[in-house]
Amino acid sequence: MQDSSLQVQVESRGGSTILSPRGDVDMSRAPSFREHVRIAQQGKPKQVVIDMAEVEYMDSSGLATLVEAMRNARGLGVGLVLCGLNPKVLAIFEIARLHHFFKIVPTVSDAVGGV
Amino acid sequence: MGEKPHIKVEMLSDPCLLAGVRQLVVGVAQRIGFDEHACSQVALAVDEALANVIRHGYGRAADRPIWLSLWPREENGACGRGLRIEIEDEARQVEESELCGRDLDDPRPGGLGLHIIREVMDEVCYQKRSPKGMRLTMTKRAPAGAGRGE
Repeated sequence: MQDSSLQVQVESRGGSTILSPRGDVDMSRAPSFREHVRIAQQGKPKQVVIDMAEVEYMDSSGLATLVEAMRNARGLGVGLVLCGLNPKVLAIFEIARLHHFFKIVPTVSDAVGGV
Repeated sequence: MGEKPHIKVEMLSDPCLLAGVRQLVVGVAQRIGFDEHACSQVALAVDEALANVIRHGYGRAADRPIWLSLWPREENGACGRGLRIEIEDEARQVEESELCGRDLDDPRPGGLGLHIIREVMDEVCYQKRSPKGMRLTMTKRAPAGAGRGE
C-alpha cells in the first residue's frame, strides 16, 4: 500500500522557493502535494518552482492541484513555474490541454534564471 | 460479458491501493506486447476510472468494494491484440449521458478524469449493473507492430 504522504524537498534560491516532490502524485498523495504547494506560496517568494524530475507518474488529481496552485499564484502575485517533466507526465498536461496554461521549462536552472 | 476474465481483483475503495493496481495493469499490458507509452496510457485510464468511483461514486469512503477484471486479448482475430478492462462498483447509478467531462477551455481543478479516459482508450462504455452499481468497460488495442512481451 502506498504512503499517502508525498516526500517533497524544499529549497530557497534567490527569490525562488523550489519544491522537489519525489514519487507518484495520484489521488492518495494529491492532498499532501497541495499542502506543500500552499505553504510555499503563503511564504510569498517571487516564484515557486516545482521540479518534477523525480515524479514518475501523475494523474488528474495532481493536475488539479497544479491548476489550483496556478490560480492561487495569480491571486497572490507569486510566480509558478514547472520544470523537469518526464514525457509521461507532460503527456497528461497535453491530453488535458493544459500545457499552455502553465509556464513549463526544462530545468530548475532555467526556472531560477528566469526570475 | 460471457468469457470469464483472466484476472479479477476485488479491492477496497482506498486511494492508497491505486499504485499497486497501476503496477498490475502495466504488467499485464507489457505481457501482451504493449509498448511503454501504451502501458502508461492504460494504467492512467484505470487509475482515473478508479479515482472517479472512489471520489464521485463512493464519496471518498475507503471501505467500499470495487472489482477490476482484465481480459488480455492475444489472438490475431478480427479484433486483434489488445486489453479489455472492466471496473464494477456498487455506487449510485447514473445515466451514461450524465457522464460528461468539463469544458477543457475553462482551466479549473477537477473534472478531467473522464476526458482522459476517453482520450487514451479506444472504446469506453458505462452501464448500470444489476441490481446496483455501475460497470465501466474499456478496451485498448495494441499499437501496430507490437510484439508479444516476455
